[in-house]
Amino acid sequence: MSSFADQLRNWAKNPTWRAVAFWLLPAIFLGYFFYQPLLALFNLLISPRWGFSFSELNLNKIWAPLRFTVFQASLSTLLTLVIGLPGAWLFTHFSFPGKRALRTLTTLPFILPTVVVAAGFNALLGPRGWINLGLMLLFNLDSPPIQFLNTFGAILTAHVFYNTTIVIRVVSNAWAKQNIRLTHAAKVLGASPWQTFKEVTLPLLRPSIYAATLLVFLFNFTSFGVVLMLGGPQYATLEVEIYIQALHLLNLPLASVLSILQLVCTLIITIAHRRLSGQQALPISPRAQEIGVRKPRKGFEKILVILLVVALFSLLISPMASLALRSFVKLEPNRGERGEIERGFTLNYYKELGINRRGSLFYVPPIAAARNSFMFALITIVITLFFGLLVAYALQQSSPINNILDPLLMLPLGASAITLGLGFIIVFNRPPFSNINFPILLPIAHSLVALPFVVRTLSPALQSIPYSLRSAAKVLGAPPFRVWREVDLPLMAPSILVAIIFALTISLGEFGASTFLSRPEYPTLPVAIFRYISQPGAMNYGQALAMSTILMVVCAGGILVIERLRLPGKDIF
Amino acid sequence: MLTVENIEKSYEGKPLLKKISFVVEQDETICLLGSSGSGKSTLLRIIAGLEEPEGGRVIWNGQDLAGTPAHQRRFGLMFQDYALFPHRNVAENIAFGLRMQNRPQEEIQKSVTNALETINMRGFADRKVTELSGGEQQRVALARALAPQPRLLMLDEPLGALDRSLREQLSTELRRILRDTKVPAIYVTHDQEEAFAIADRLLLLHDGVILQSGAPHEIYHHPKNVWVAKFFGLGNLIEGRVIERSPLKVDTPLGIIQASCEQDPPQIGEKATLLFRPTRACRNEAHCPNQIAGEVVDQVFQGEAYHLTMRINESIPLFNVSLSEPVPVGDKLTIYFKPGDVLCLEDEGDQS
Repeated sequence: MSSFADQLRNWAKNPTWRAVAFWLLPAIFLGYFFYQPLLALFNLLISPRWGFSFSELNLNKIWAPLRFTVFQASLSTLLTLVIGLPGAWLFTHFSFPGKRALRTLTTLPFILPTVVVAAGFNALLGPRGWINLGLMLLFNLDSPPIQFLNTFGAILTAHVFYNTTIVIRVVSNAWAKQNIRLTHAAKVLGASPWQTFKEVTLPLLRPSIYAATLLVFLFNFTSFGVVLMLGGPQYATLEVEIYIQALHLLNLPLASVLSILQLVCTLIITIAHRRLSGQQALPISPRAQEIGVRKPRKGFEKILVILLVVALFSLLISPMASLALRSFVKLEPNRGERGEIERGFTLNYYKELGINRRGSLFYVPPIAAARNSFMFALITIVITLFFGLLVAYALQQSSPINNILDPLLMLPLGASAITLGLGFIIVFNRPPFSNINFPILLPIAHSLVALPFVVRTLSPALQSIPYSLRSAAKVLGAPPFRVWREVDLPLMAPSILVAIIFALTISLGEFGASTFLSRPEYPTLPVAIFRYISQPGAMNYGQALAMSTILMVVCAGGILVIERLRLPGKDIF
Repeated sequence: MLTVENIEKSYEGKPLLKKISFVVEQDETICLLGSSGSGKSTLLRIIAGLEEPEGGRVIWNGQDLAGTPAHQRRFGLMFQDYALFPHRNVAENIAFGLRMQNRPQEEIQKSVTNALETINMRGFADRKVTELSGGEQQRVALARALAPQPRLLMLDEPLGALDRSLREQLSTELRRILRDTKVPAIYVTHDQEEAFAIADRLLLLHDGVILQSGAPHEIYHHPKNVWVAKFFGLGNLIEGRVIERSPLKVDTPLGIIQASCEQDPPQIGEKATLLFRPTRACRNEAHCPNQIAGEVVDQVFQGEAYHLTMRINESIPLFNVSLSEPVPVGDKLTIYFKPGDVLCLEDEGDQS
């Protein structure tokens, strides 16, 4: 008996066994809810039950969306770099009024749900947006003069809005860490300012520029909500095509082929990105002196800085501000309303959220969508925190199995939410899940999307706790659980809060998987916004904007807390 | 010939350099010596053209360099952290300056080979600079600075990041290279031994001004004031009041001391600070008027000599001497100083 207890104790000391114990539950969760649906997509193509054969496949149905996806992603990325790189230069070198505010603003797009951004651009440039209504009023026009919705330009604009800040943050972080003496050395050795930039600054910046480019390309490649809501049906990327094939045309095999193609592409991009971001140049000296920020001096510098600041502020603020303002203003008649209408400030769109009118698309009032969303978010938080902490502790064990399991955990990052949603309806559209009234699959899908972020937040925090602190607590007489409660927990508290906010905002804003999994009686906020915003009538539009505003405020609040709490020197990536 | 004229610069609102002026002649290595934060590196960056002075001029052979940007000055600067380009290998680092001058490829090749030869690093051409040891990096940085044949070489704490034994070895090598290339050089350091080893002429920078300049032995033997003596750790500094000017006699806690003075001695009744060098203490000078008695409280064997710490009385608990014979701790000891070996120094406040 005692020898068995000894055996157990020995196992508990072995890092690999400990890692296995911590991994056990997360691995089962991931295996069942992520890898099973993923494999099912492949199975769909092989299994004779679906009667799918490659020879009948219309290759053009694959090529067209792939070609368009690559094209729009490349063009969006290029435009993003055109604005982002000067932005990085601005942030690295200059101090200017409003810099803190602008820096905080640059974090916003990270966490704003795609539906909110789409709604923001709709409120700014859409047929019922500020600019069009203003122009109509001004020149007495009958129809909106600017056609923005359902154009290629709309997709590009939203992508630039989303990703410029990635370029700014990644590149300016690397730039700011560059040893300024290297450029001094080049100058003293006879290099002109342009040569110094070309020979020293740019080569040293290159890994970070490549990394940012690939990341932006990846986000553009997998963009779904923006393309669906701003691009309209004629601009089908892979993601949108999967959605249309699966949900509208019920062609699951073709959707699977597209999903697998999508997965392969994103995996390649992700691996390339990992390689590049791991390859940052090592600082040659620990005493490296970093670039100091200063006020713009010369005339052309001043003009450039002012132009950039104004451009960035308007890019980042205008869609968001239009959204919030438009949700409080009545500018056009309600459905069926005739004659002169009263224009002006109104709280009606918010008040009406709680009322279920006839003619509403749902059997429930829109406010129910908000309630659902927060409920799903809560479940997502519980699930991700539970598995996230287990994985963080598993990763802390120095065991070779982590090298295998860690990338497997991160794979959901590469798989798109659409793929996940498609896999879910293929695999789980049967008992027990089809029998439960409550759509538990939704928060589970959200958890799979959020888990990599939660682990990437918790794990570094855990690893930054010096082992000596736990030893000190032990020597001072704390039993193991007390050590955890007195040392680990308080030191990790800020990171746990950050992880909670990540899970919350990701779940609240998740759109791709939700379009597959939400049921009519259980809509989520993004799904409801998507439905309402395309309905005719000022009330539907206003309500969509009101819901978007609520979502935006919650997410913006979240990112502000994260900015306050994040570990010094660590960025979100 | 470099002339630095009335250079002024402030840092965070406080004056850092106050009208610094000096000249560097052809073939001369001067050494700027000062504690950290004294503005030595800033002065180098101003000369290099990387920073602009708030006042004063940098002149090369009669030509004011104010309008000449750093990359057109043809000065070499070796940085404290070497600032080797991490994305280029050893040969490419050394070739950088030559490439900027658009020299032909064969010539660059040859110069790089020669440079590697000079720093004894043949076969390192294709190595990554990130893989080099500190000493190797230091030598590559020197080769890179010298390769474009600068008109003036500046070295900013070039040995500062290295450990002691490596520092001594490289300091010898550096001296040889500077002698062979005959390039005028400004060497910045906070280490006096390094400065003594390298410099033809020392400039002591303190509190924004050049406190004293001259050959190393001159400064060592004739410190201008109390601060200089303290900075070099020249010996015991004892304060007293002048009671007689010729011969100079000072009333100190050690008793009445006869001393010598290189400048005009202070007036009677004024404060005076006396320098007693530990190595000048002797044991059997019966005719010596300066007699100091105390108890030995510590003894350290230092190879050539014994370093003794004496307790004289309440006000002078520690007095250092260096003797060739050991004296047991606890013994009474009497030592003597010749009047010529006790130097009366100006106060540090007098200068500024």
